[in-house]
Amino acid sequence: MAKKILFVEDDPTLQETLGEVLKGEGFEVLQALDGEEGLKLASEKNPDLILLDLNLPKISGFEVLGLLKGAEGTKNIPVIVLTNLESPEDIQKALYAGATTYLLKASYDLDDVLAKVKKALQGSEM
Amino acid sequence: MIEKITFWKSCQKYGISLWKCPTFLFIVMGATTISSMVGVYLLGEYYDNPELVIPIVLVVVFVTFVPGSIIVQSFEKVAESDLMKSEFVSIASHQLRSPLTALKWSLSFLLGDHAGELGEEQKRYLYLMRKNNEQMIMLVGDLLNVSRVDRGELVIKEKKIKIGDLVEERIEELRPMAESRNVELKLKNNTSEYVMGDEIYLGMVINNFTDNAIKYARDKNAKVVVHIFNKDNNVRYEVEDNGLGIPEDEQYRIFTKFFRSSNVTKHETSGTGLGLYIAKAVVEKLGGQIGFRSKEGEGTMFWFELPIIKK
Repeated sequence: MAKKILFVEDDPTLQETLGEVLKGEGFEVLQALDGEEGLKLASEKNPDLILLDLNLPKISGFEVLGLLKGAEGTKNIPVIVLTNLESPEDIQKALYAGATTYLLKASYDLDDVLAKVKKALQGSEM
Repeated sequence: MIEKITFWKSCQKYGISLWKCPTFLFIVMGATTISSMVGVYLLGEYYDNPELVIPIVLVVVFVTFVPGSIIVQSFEKVAESDLMKSEFVSIASHQLRSPLTALKWSLSFLLGDHAGELGEEQKRYLYLMRKNNEQMIMLVGDLLNVSRVDRGELVIKEKKIKIGDLVEERIEELRPMAESRNVELKLKNNTSEYVMGDEIYLGMVINNFTDNAIKYARDKNAKVVVHIFNKDNNVRYEVEDNGLGIPEDEQYRIFTKFFRSSNVTKHETSGTGLGLYIAKAVVEKLGGQIGFRSKEGEGTMFWFELPIIKK
């Protein structure tokens, strides 16, 4: 069965490009444009992996991360933080809150993100 | 007539009125002080009335106090505007990141043939766009770090790092770049010591020295030697090349912001001129030293030293 990936990101260009690439690789992609929708999809659809931006409308990515990791149903889903916040404090905060990986969007190409996604999914199977 | 005086001109340029212009106020203060001294002297000389001197001195003190406080205020304004400038750079850079990322991913999408197959000629232009996009992303990242340095907000997490391992890791990452430019890249790792450092920032410095050496290499028989070894109580990291070298009259500016040597800008267009400025701030923050020696046409050697931490 195709792995389900939830992509929480408010920029439509990023949603479209990465979304298409993930779909092309055979993943089922759930897309959310804000934190609230992201949380809702995470608890309803039980994805295998979450890609999470930190600057999000309605509920911030940090809060979403905290809520995901605090809820029984979602706490074991690996979360890759995909953001442009790059201060060491933000990185520390996200990793402390339970993010599996922290990626700076501007430094990663679609292929690089794809590789990280595959790696994270492999890790969660073991 | 007054417009001809230089300080008046400079104050006008910054939009400061005459009564708030520090240089003018300074002259007023000086004139008041001198004339009151003379006045006090004359009073004492001719009237022999010391009681009169005290109120005069008080008035003079008060008169000089007013321009004095305005001058102090204007210095504060300078410091404040410097901070605002730095904050502005930081905010603008952050805001630029999002559209630059959207551009980067769109280009990656097109180049990955996800929107249909493209011809070589079309791709050539897209690669060109990607190169420029990368350059902008690099500049934005550097600007963010520079504004952090300028505001004294460079937060460096200090933890024990086996520096030899970090160097090996970073140099391996640069190997493909060296190969594509026909530069022989050699690494001599002669340390197993630990230093206090931040992997992200220290990695950036290690990267920067080597990246520069490869970028500004000569066309033929280019060689870059990276050497890390113990020296007294420090670990010393050296990157030596036989490249273009830095012209002697420009060497004093090497660690300043936006410095790019005149002989390399002709040769290589990428580079922000901010890497070494950041490198110096990072190394000094970690209690180390940084330096270089260079001869134009012969090559350059950059080094830094960091104190060894006992296990």
